[in-house]
Amino acid sequence: MKDAFGIPQSLLVLGGTSEIALATARRLIARRTRTVWLAGRPSPALEAAAQELRGRGADVTTVAFDALDCTRHEEVLGKVFAAGGPGGDVDMVLLAFGVLGDQAHDESDPLAAVRVAQTNYTGAVSAGLVCAKALQAQGHGSLVVLSSVAGERARRSNFIYGSSKAGLDAFAQGLGDALHGTGVHVMVVRPGFVHSRMTANREPAPLATTPAAVAAAIEAGLLRRTETVWVPGTLRVLMSALRHVPRPVFRRLPL
Amino acid sequence: MSSDTAAGTRPHPHRPAPAPAAAPASASGGAMSGGARPSAAGPAGTGGLMARSGSTAGAAAGPPHGAAEGAQRVAVTGWGRTAPTAARLVRPGSYAEAVAAVRACGRAGARGGIPRGLGRAYGDAAQNAGGAVLDMTALDRIHVIDSANGLLLCDAGVSLHRLMEVLLPLGWFVPVTPGTRHVTVGGAIGADIHGKNHHGAGSFSRHVVRLELLTADGEVRTVERGTPLFDATTGGMGLTGAILTATVRLLPVQTSLMCVDTERTADLDDLLARLTATDHRYRYSVAWIDLLARGASLGRAVLTRGDHAPLDALPARARRAPLSFRPGRLPSTPGLLPEGLLSRRSVGLFNTFWYRRAPRAMTGELQKLSAFFHPLDGLPHWNRIYGRSGFVQYQFVVGHGQEETLRRVVRRVSERRCPSFLAVLKRFGDADPGWLSFPAPGWTLALDVPAGLPGLGAFLDELDEEVVGAGGRVYLAKDARLRPELLAAMYPRLDDFRALRAELDPRGVFTSDLSRRLAL
Repeated sequence: MKDAFGIPQSLLVLGGTSEIALATARRLIARRTRTVWLAGRPSPALEAAAQELRGRGADVTTVAFDALDCTRHEEVLGKVFAAGGPGGDVDMVLLAFGVLGDQAHDESDPLAAVRVAQTNYTGAVSAGLVCAKALQAQGHGSLVVLSSVAGERARRSNFIYGSSKAGLDAFAQGLGDALHGTGVHVMVVRPGFVHSRMTANREPAPLATTPAAVAAAIEAGLLRRTETVWVPGTLRVLMSALRHVPRPVFRRLPL
Repeated sequence: MSSDTAAGTRPHPHRPAPAPAAAPASASGGAMSGGARPSAAGPAGTGGLMARSGSTAGAAAGPPHGAAEGAQRVAVTGWGRTAPTAARLVRPGSYAEAVAAVRACGRAGARGGIPRGLGRAYGDAAQNAGGAVLDMTALDRIHVIDSANGLLLCDAGVSLHRLMEVLLPLGWFVPVTPGTRHVTVGGAIGADIHGKNHHGAGSFSRHVVRLELLTADGEVRTVERGTPLFDATTGGMGLTGAILTATVRLLPVQTSLMCVDTERTADLDDLLARLTATDHRYRYSVAWIDLLARGASLGRAVLTRGDHAPLDALPARARRAPLSFRPGRLPSTPGLLPEGLLSRRSVGLFNTFWYRRAPRAMTGELQKLSAFFHPLDGLPHWNRIYGRSGFVQYQFVVGHGQEETLRRVVRRVSERRCPSFLAVLKRFGDADPGWLSFPAPGWTLALDVPAGLPGLGAFLDELDEEVVGAGGRVYLAKDARLRPELLAAMYPRLDDFRALRAELDPRGVFTSDLSRRLAL
């Protein structure tokens, strides 16, 4: 169960090697979280992440999960929810998997672009619906979905990734409304440029942030049951302005 | 332990037993009956209530999962309005419906049920995510009032407010009342509540002679004082079963007014000294404490103590209707209030005003009963003033001799500048035998804090360490955030409680968010 401050006792991470997810897990383990499932493709990195969280006092289980293998989502995630048993519900699901792709290359390799879309959107729709159903049955829990400001308005420089996040963002918003009143809380997190492995060889954008800052924003959002979290918060203002910039101008902006 | 659980209880299907102690009441001449006792097995006479609750209870018998069932769920929170979870709200209108509802809670995949009264527990004690919440307030009959001997037999869904309305004109009062009248008798037993008279009268359960408990197997058991099941149920947070009726000993009063002495204390040491020296002279005693005061006035407080006024203390006019009970109430608090209304500044100003407005020393002031016991009941839905994040009540007790811990906690809360305006300190008397009953001899401090205060969770965890280190405990009826690991240290009879539940309710039919969170 979550406590009065929205901190979960158990956490399921989809995309168990995501730096934002692990920063969030660390933060929550420091408060109340004792049971963590790290779902992802089996890899030494996933095991290392699990080991690190164990060192912080959590009971961590790794789960073999592939976002692209939608047909098995129900079976794989169903096992996690069933393992909880009485008193051991899954209090929070952090949907953190996603790939950035390589825009320049992917424009000339449609199959690579499709892989970005399938991971970020199709896989998330499938996993998100499976988790939403299970959370609804237990009558409580938070589904935290990592979206991106890139989905807010398509940009020339990363519209393949951006469009997949736009789809995910719209999906998560609608899911949140569908689940309103069921005890399940859906939070859409829209970070700006985050310094991480995924963005290691890219030029930082203005208002760049860190995984730890995103984790802090998620913790604050859990307390207030916020539906949309921008990281940093000023991005909300910036993006609401950029949304209304005319296309001919927007196209020329160095974004 | 578990082998004794059935001792002193006798299960019998569906039919709450007549209470022998209350039975002579009808012959005593002064008895008044609030209504005929319904036969639970047959159709109950509460037709109006049954129509609605019948359909809800019928839904409980349907498939445990599915879209149709999800639609009937409602979000439920405690009084602190934190951590809402969704549950089917079932409102049994008769004992038979209550039995059917509990049986439905036990079906596979139904995620159990928990009885709920008027929802005044601050945390998640009366929530049950994904399962059923049994709203017991439709079972609200007063069966027998033995006005010669001061005994009451009533349904557990009756509120203390209703009891006061009925009992005061007869010259009787509830034995223990908390800071609100809007709690049910069942809730009062389940949380083993205490009041301003704890130092003399103990907690509510001390005045309960017996109760009838609907347990997980769908049977109704008569539970006598002094049995393991009684001690597990008093303070058991509704996890041993749903209390259907209770026989309660009452307190005789001559008037509905209170004779109150008020004092202002300069600081915490002054307060503790006065409480230690003179508390035994008063039936009721409590101190409101200004937790934002610093420096020399750290822990300054307003001490109010008193007793029911005797008839001859009343002015001639008031003597004409000495037992009238007409509590006033203001309009309801609006539903949408901005966050942060209770800032350090506003609460600091309020606290200073409240402290200064109290007389330095005043004796024999006549106050209305509602003003003395339940000032906040005058403002319906006052819990909304904390905005959408809600608030947390933190109440702990530490033993006599642990004054240093108490001082440290007060100092830390003051240094942290927690905007708390409902902080009260009280000296507890002897404990009662309930296994999870909160009160213990010593000092109890209760404070309320907006849940949105940054870093509050970690801060309260630090206070927990202080409290556990001093052999103290926190109050489960107010808790929404305790670390489960600390529970066994706070409640030494926890293992007995778990063992009894494992035997009485092996499938966990009675389950709440609290029991899930703390693995009760």
